[in-house]
Amino acid sequence: MSEARTVLIDPLVDNNPVTLQMLGICSALAVTTSLLPALLMCIALTSVAALAGAAISALRHRIPNNIRIIVHMTIIASLVILVDQLLKAYAFETSKQLSVFVGLIITNCIVLGRAEAFAMKNGVVMSFIDGLGNGLGYSIILIAVATLRELFGAGTLLGYPVLETVANGGWYEANGLMLLPPSAFFIIGLLIWGIRTWRTQQVEKPEYQIHEVHRTEAY
Amino acid sequence: MDAYVSLFIQAAFVENLALAFFLGMCTFLAVSKRVETAIGLGVAVIVIQIITVPVNYMIYTFLLADGALAWAGLADVDLSFLGLVSYIGVIAALVQILEMTLDKYFPKLYNALGIFLPLITVNCAILGGTLFMVERQYNFPESVVFGAGSGTGWAIALIALAGIREKLRYSDVPQGLQGLGIAFIIVGLMSLSFMGFSGI
Repeated sequence: MSEARTVLIDPLVDNNPVTLQMLGICSALAVTTSLLPALLMCIALTSVAALAGAAISALRHRIPNNIRIIVHMTIIASLVILVDQLLKAYAFETSKQLSVFVGLIITNCIVLGRAEAFAMKNGVVMSFIDGLGNGLGYSIILIAVATLRELFGAGTLLGYPVLETVANGGWYEANGLMLLPPSAFFIIGLLIWGIRTWRTQQVEKPEYQIHEVHRTEAY
Repeated sequence: MDAYVSLFIQAAFVENLALAFFLGMCTFLAVSKRVETAIGLGVAVIVIQIITVPVNYMIYTFLLADGALAWAGLADVDLSFLGLVSYIGVIAALVQILEMTLDKYFPKLYNALGIFLPLITVNCAILGGTLFMVERQYNFPESVVFGAGSGTGWAIALIALAGIREKLRYSDVPQGLQGLGIAFIIVGLMSLSFMGFSGI
């Protein structure tokens, strides 16, 4: 049981797919201008990651090695179509806001990466939990970014006003930059800085070290 | 003609796939450490994008869209829900074909592109280009121009970032920010500057 717990908890901070493994940033950041689409995106990705892990793991002895990528892609794409149709049926407005980004879960590297690295080698239940954990790790980052952007960009959370904006007669001058793409990059960059200051073992080694010459050495 | 030029400019700069829509970010950050490899991947993406967007356009219009199968006598069949699976299949197949063609006729280019060709299959910029084409209902020539423009924009952003990161190796970056962190901040700044193109 403790192994399952490690598999679930580990990707949340210590081995976070976004900030450490550098996976799955692709399709996601564009949906973080407000919290509601970001939440839906998290649910969609987490369920696809978990189910794809389970499905691929169940088939792992039958998938021929040299065409495995295309098999993975087909399994993932079918799951994404399922999620897409469900969203269109039950959350039509938000699915319009998500536009192409639900479809882009197919090429989200977290799903494919976990399928390759974990589901091909482990059992069905563990792969399901691993998908769940990585999906949640991604969700944490996405929700953090979306909360910051919606709160400071529009003064609302999930559409409810929190900081009364000047336009509505309040005191808060909405920060328009937060609603534009660059702010997502800055927030992620600073988030990574924060996490790595807290967990120093994640710091990347510099590729190029400037050799410091002491005065005595120079002679 | 003007419409096509402005579509190209818009796809390449104003709505840059990497900097405005965050597409292809994983590859974008992983392969931007050296200018040479960045150029290789950039060229490969442009080529694939020019081919896949129009091909997927044809698949969509003649096979998948609502009523598209009228030519086969099946006027009320709507296969558009199969879109995602077909697009990704087309992309994977085209990448494979391009890889084999290059290997046979242009071995030099094939060796230069190396491992990047298969990687392109899972690049969201490629699938994203196709999905935007479907969503915005481009026609055939527009889809060719859009493919070329979006591919070029992605390549330009990638090569520019690689250039900056090469210079950055000599600078003193705070410890926690090294590598990925500072790359994000730079991409943010680049994204800001690319926003200056809106209005052209």
